[in-house]
Amino acid sequence: MPWDRNQMAERAAQELEDGMYVNLGIGIPTLVANYVGDKDITLQSENGMLGMGPFPFEGDEDPDLINAGKQTITELNRTAYFDSAQSFGMIRGGKIAAAILGAMEVAENGDLANWMIPGKLVKGMGGAMDLVAGVGRVIVVMDHTNKHGESKVLKQCTLPLTGTGVVDRIITNLGVLDVVPGGLKIVECAPGVTEDDLRAATEATIV
Amino acid sequence: MKKVYGSAEEALDGLLFDGMLIAAGGFGLCGIPELLIDAIVKAGTRDLTVASNNAGVDGFGLGKLLDTRQIKKMMSSYVGENAEFMRQYLSGELELEFNPQGTLAERMRAGGCGIPGFYTKTGVGTVVAEGKEHHDFDGETYILERGIVADLSIVKAWKADDTGNLVFRKTARNFNPPAAMCGKICVAEVEEIVPRGQLDGDHIHLPGIYVHRLIQGDHEKRIEQRTVRKREEA
Repeated sequence: MPWDRNQMAERAAQELEDGMYVNLGIGIPTLVANYVGDKDITLQSENGMLGMGPFPFEGDEDPDLINAGKQTITELNRTAYFDSAQSFGMIRGGKIAAAILGAMEVAENGDLANWMIPGKLVKGMGGAMDLVAGVGRVIVVMDHTNKHGESKVLKQCTLPLTGTGVVDRIITNLGVLDVVPGGLKIVECAPGVTEDDLRAATEATIV
Repeated sequence: MKKVYGSAEEALDGLLFDGMLIAAGGFGLCGIPELLIDAIVKAGTRDLTVASNNAGVDGFGLGKLLDTRQIKKMMSSYVGENAEFMRQYLSGELELEFNPQGTLAERMRAGGCGIPGFYTKTGVGTVVAEGKEHHDFDGETYILERGIVADLSIVKAWKADDTGNLVFRKTARNFNPPAAMCGKICVAEVEEIVPRGQLDGDHIHLPGIYVHRLIQGDHEKRIEQRTVRKREEA
């Protein structure tokens, strides 16, 4: 059985080590926070917060306290707030150990596309371009194929890029792949998924 | 030094002109200068270029200035969640300059700090880098981004003293300090103005030197995505 959204998030949480400062993107990456367990992880929200807490209890929502996905959240006893320029100063400055992001396409050379589909969908890059350029390690979490069954793990991205050669590891519903010289290397397959299944679903070169 | 004005209209009096560049604070609908935006709608100033991370939502925040077609161009990083924005952009009625979020924040900060340009790795190899000067430092490629100096900054803070020292609250700080810094004139709206001496000088987030005019008002503070957990999950 391939991993579902929560299992992908659980697998991605294994990438995080005690003491890390981490930025989680919108979508499946947000779920990673549910699986960090006892590890001492500080979550950064690029709208200006370190030490992001869980969603508030009903009735406790504060319009002045949101995450980068504009969702209401809470603070922790370690929380620090700062402005957007300082927030991206710490991102660009390499102070954030890892970012876990969603993607539309990833290529075998580590190129990432996740911010627009020309003529169809214009949302914007938000902080993604800064994150992939600045953080220590970029981990992509996404479905292996799109809704038409086409691989999202490509030889070359077709959509406008978010960054070039920036992705370190890809976690999909089918398994885990690392970007290495010459292509992608299979690190792990989801339970019941074979390496052949993974290769068949992947357009990119697997070395 | 008189910085405190009675209303958003009074505070903006004499500052607005067609074709101007306005920098606005806020992230999504959090910490947006909603009263000053309403006053600009009322003033009817046209052909605005607005530097703001987002463009509000349909019918609220900067979305109001889109509805009235007062905005000619947006400089933003993210414009999802706004159908009218998307419609005007895709039909060619609205110009849009996409800026990576950190680049936009730093462009504002730099503009306010007398730094006309800076190099960043953000966006190298993407459409953002097209037409920009590239330069290698220590084996890595960077692009040159320009500081922004706005004709007017509009920002929202939590508290101010009457000299314009500002204190923000939680994540409502976001783009407000850099936006305030980059304006030739900055007008701030706050929830409470206290007399000088009432704010601890060690706890000021933005010194009053950046703030020229100030109003106190009631804010709707709309929530864009209300997400909660049930009490029994505790």
